[in-house]
Amino acid sequence: MVTQITSFGRSGLYDWMMQRISAVVLSLYTVFIIGYLLLHPDLTFDQWSALFETTWMRIFSLMMLLSIGMHSWIGLWSISTDYIKPTGIRFFFQALCGLLMFVYIVWGIQVLWGL
Amino acid sequence: MLVSIYRYNPEVDDAPYMKDYQIDLPEGKDLMVLDVLNLLKAQDPTISYRRSCREGVCGSDGMNMSGKNGLACITTVSEAAKNGKLVLRPLPGLPVIRDLVVDMGQFYKQYEKIRPFLINDTPAPAIERLQSPEEREKLDGLYECILCACCSTACPSFWWNPDKFIGPSGLLQAYRFLADSRDTATQERLGDLDDPFSVFRCHGIMNCVNVCPKGLNPTKAIGNIRSMLLQRAT
Repeated sequence: MVTQITSFGRSGLYDWMMQRISAVVLSLYTVFIIGYLLLHPDLTFDQWSALFETTWMRIFSLMMLLSIGMHSWIGLWSISTDYIKPTGIRFFFQALCGLLMFVYIVWGIQVLWGL
Repeated sequence: MLVSIYRYNPEVDDAPYMKDYQIDLPEGKDLMVLDVLNLLKAQDPTISYRRSCREGVCGSDGMNMSGKNGLACITTVSEAAKNGKLVLRPLPGLPVIRDLVVDMGQFYKQYEKIRPFLINDTPAPAIERLQSPEEREKLDGLYECILCACCSTACPSFWWNPDKFIGPSGLLQAYRFLADSRDTATQERLGDLDDPFSVFRCHGIMNCVNVCPKGLNPTKAIGNIRSMLLQRAT
């Protein structure tokens, strides 16, 4: 068994499952947003902000944001372990990705919830 | 016909190079790539390659023929040549010992990891451990692997992490023992595989299925291992 400590869930099975679950959430969100935009060709700001005011949309958007964070972390971790062989540079890259994802999630919550 | 062969003799050459050979092939016959190599060996005895059974059973002559891995003894020249030219290279991703001969050490190490033998703690019966025809059927498409390494050396995940990722060949064999009704070490075997590299480095691109000279499906076996791991953990 190969040991490591920097992957998302520290288990291949967990990472694999989360990658798939987050992919489903992201596809549902994408389909929903595209569908909404197609159904509302003359979309106004009021309609758009009313949509994001609703509780279910906030839950859905937060799920999407967390899924992006997870999905990209697992993906970039895989890529970094494939292509970046020197440990120091790989650790720095992974730490940078982790920080970026955290920033994006917090920033995204601020934007979407108008905090 | 023009045949371009990867040449490297570490005792003489500073770096590997491609050498072109011109050869007249007999009319009306589609030779196997191994036959062509044998003819060339008569021309230039320094060309090195492995071969043994010459009928796709031993798995010795795995090599990269015009960009695709396969066994030279069961691949015809018409299948392997592109634009009238045959390009022969060693299996990618493994250290080259000389010309088309590669060091399979890393490949065997991964094979060894999956413990490729039956483990059974129960007392041995007087004659043999019986299997029903249905139980035996589960091993079809798994036991036929001849360890030629064509699949694992066609897999980018194995190229990048040959020390951590078991590779398609090893995983096909791992599933062969996980699926065997006579084996009692299923839980330990699954435990050994449950990390981010051994199984989960497979991203399902199916290069292994594309090149397997025996027509096996390692990607499917890997999918079955994943399902078993998931069942065990949920």
